[in-house]
Amino acid sequence: MGWENLLLGFQVALQPNNLALAVLGITLGTIIGVLPGLGGANGVAILLPLTFSMNPTSAIILLTSLYWGALFGGAITSILFNIPGEPWSVATTFDGYPMARQGRGGEALTAAFTSSFVGALFSVVLITLFAPLLAEIALKFGPPEFFAIQLLTFSSFIGLGGGNPIKSLVSILIGFILASAGLDIVTGQLRLTFGITELMKGFDFIVAVIGLFGIGEILLSVEEGLSFRGISAHINPKVVWQTWKTLPRYYRTFIRSAFIGFWMGFKPGGATPASFMSYAFAKRFSKNPEGFGKGELEGVVAPETAAHAAGGASLLPMITLGIPGSPTAAVMLGGLIIWGLQPGPMLFREKPDFVWGLIASMYTGNVIGVAMVLAFVPLFAAILRIPFPILTPVIVAICAVGSYAVHDSMVDIWYMLLFGVVGYVFKKLDYPLAPLVLALVLGDLAENALRQSLIMSQGSLLILFERPISGVISAVALLFFALPIINPYVRRARAGKPPVEVATPHDE
Amino acid sequence: MRTADLTTALILVAGGLLVVWDSLRLGVGWGTDGPQSGFFPFWLAVFLVGACAVIAWQARARARDVPFVTREQLRPVLATLLPATGFVVLIQFVGLYVATAIFTGVYMRWIGRYGWVPVILIGVLFPVLTFVVFEKWFLVPMPKGPLEAWLGY
Repeated sequence: MGWENLLLGFQVALQPNNLALAVLGITLGTIIGVLPGLGGANGVAILLPLTFSMNPTSAIILLTSLYWGALFGGAITSILFNIPGEPWSVATTFDGYPMARQGRGGEALTAAFTSSFVGALFSVVLITLFAPLLAEIALKFGPPEFFAIQLLTFSSFIGLGGGNPIKSLVSILIGFILASAGLDIVTGQLRLTFGITELMKGFDFIVAVIGLFGIGEILLSVEEGLSFRGISAHINPKVVWQTWKTLPRYYRTFIRSAFIGFWMGFKPGGATPASFMSYAFAKRFSKNPEGFGKGELEGVVAPETAAHAAGGASLLPMITLGIPGSPTAAVMLGGLIIWGLQPGPMLFREKPDFVWGLIASMYTGNVIGVAMVLAFVPLFAAILRIPFPILTPVIVAICAVGSYAVHDSMVDIWYMLLFGVVGYVFKKLDYPLAPLVLALVLGDLAENALRQSLIMSQGSLLILFERPISGVISAVALLFFALPIINPYVRRARAGKPPVEVATPHDE
Repeated sequence: MRTADLTTALILVAGGLLVVWDSLRLGVGWGTDGPQSGFFPFWLAVFLVGACAVIAWQARARARDVPFVTREQLRPVLATLLPATGFVVLIQFVGLYVATAIFTGVYMRWIGRYGWVPVILIGVLFPVLTFVVFEKWFLVPMPKGPLEAWLGY
């Protein structure tokens, strides 16, 4: 049954206008991924208002293509400029940048793009196989199950996210509190408005994403007095071909990294730890581990494969459960709601053309993407040569446009600025931002699931544990919540240095 | 770092208490048909205050000698944040496009020390491009001021 659906999806994804949107999305995405201060999440957020008038399938194709483009773009800056455009590109710089300095930039880029492609394709195939099954299971879910999954989502930030678990918790709580501000749709009461009319409509996650990730990132970048010292790289078909000939040698790394990426990726905040884990594993199993960090091709292959497998996998819970696995997926989920779709398992029944168009577009998007980035690397790399004094006001202005467009409201531009400062301070103090954004997006859904569960049980929280599926999920969630308390010291001792923070490319 | 960590935690505690206060006004218990409006934010805020207390306690042990931001770092940050704030203020009076032109021009001239030719060229071209893309192609209206009114938009 799956194949006919996929075929239907390809019919949608291969329509000329959708292909054109994919090309547009990948181009914009790559530019956004290359630019400092703009990443996948806020790139999607800024473009979201432009899609309000499109049909949902075309809109999601544009946005996912943008996402793939941003993932590819992150690799370009990591390798040529030693600037990870995204947190999960940090591990790519370890060997990518040394390779570029040795004049092997073309080789590193080819390996990175190819690995990204393989990783993404792997998780898309798994999504094709498992998404319908997962959606089928999820159809049986009631409010307690959904709330349990929300618990699991956020507990994994605390238990597996790395960094300071209390600060992750604070981020989550702030996100939920901001989400609850404004009109309570259940009782019709105003919450946290303190009589101020502007606060009535609450905080929009799009504005929060643009401010936290866009403006905050700009402030962090200028702080370092960024002057790009890039290395120019030429990719010609010969380099690509020669690199491709050596890549099959690393098939074990590919497979291992793809699995790590997928496994970590469908849990939230997974891409960054996945890329680091995969790098560490590649180093451990390599024949010459001492070459790592000095320009080993395998050191580029491993993190890139894992990061993109994770990037793809983060879309799986979004389309099946309505729970996003990454900030970018969270923004897309917000888009689904705005386009009038109900995210979650019912999508497979009610909007098969949308879901399967989306899945098929992941295949086409990646094929187009890898071809485009290989062809146009010098062009994209040239963007980074735009001097900072020009780039900064341009990015701030684009962020303002994106914030205003959400509700045609001036207040949102002020919120953007405020969130920018908060993002800057939080990043410096190691508060992870991804959980905050996810909580802000999921706030209403989580609260409603909890309320309905409590209504079902006449006010007893035990309902989360009494039903079999939600019981298991809640128990795992509790375990994750308790993980930092159970053994924080072992982890700290084992890592030897502070663990990698999720969504903070500026770790010191 | 220590001061910044403590200050942030304290601000969050204050915010949390504000939420608790507002939630108590709404009612945090069981209404006629389920939890009252204040129930969810109340418990979130209670946990927030608790977590921030832990962070503040942890921050005591944090090194004092590592500054949150050095003077050399703060200067470019403020040199970006203040013009950006000015830009947002300007939008209200002259519209987004003119504000963008002024902001881009001032920033390029002041921070980048560019000559007048590139400053004016980019300062004019970029807002015009933004106008064409958003206002014309995607039909997303932006705040407009006297200049746009004079031009008939």
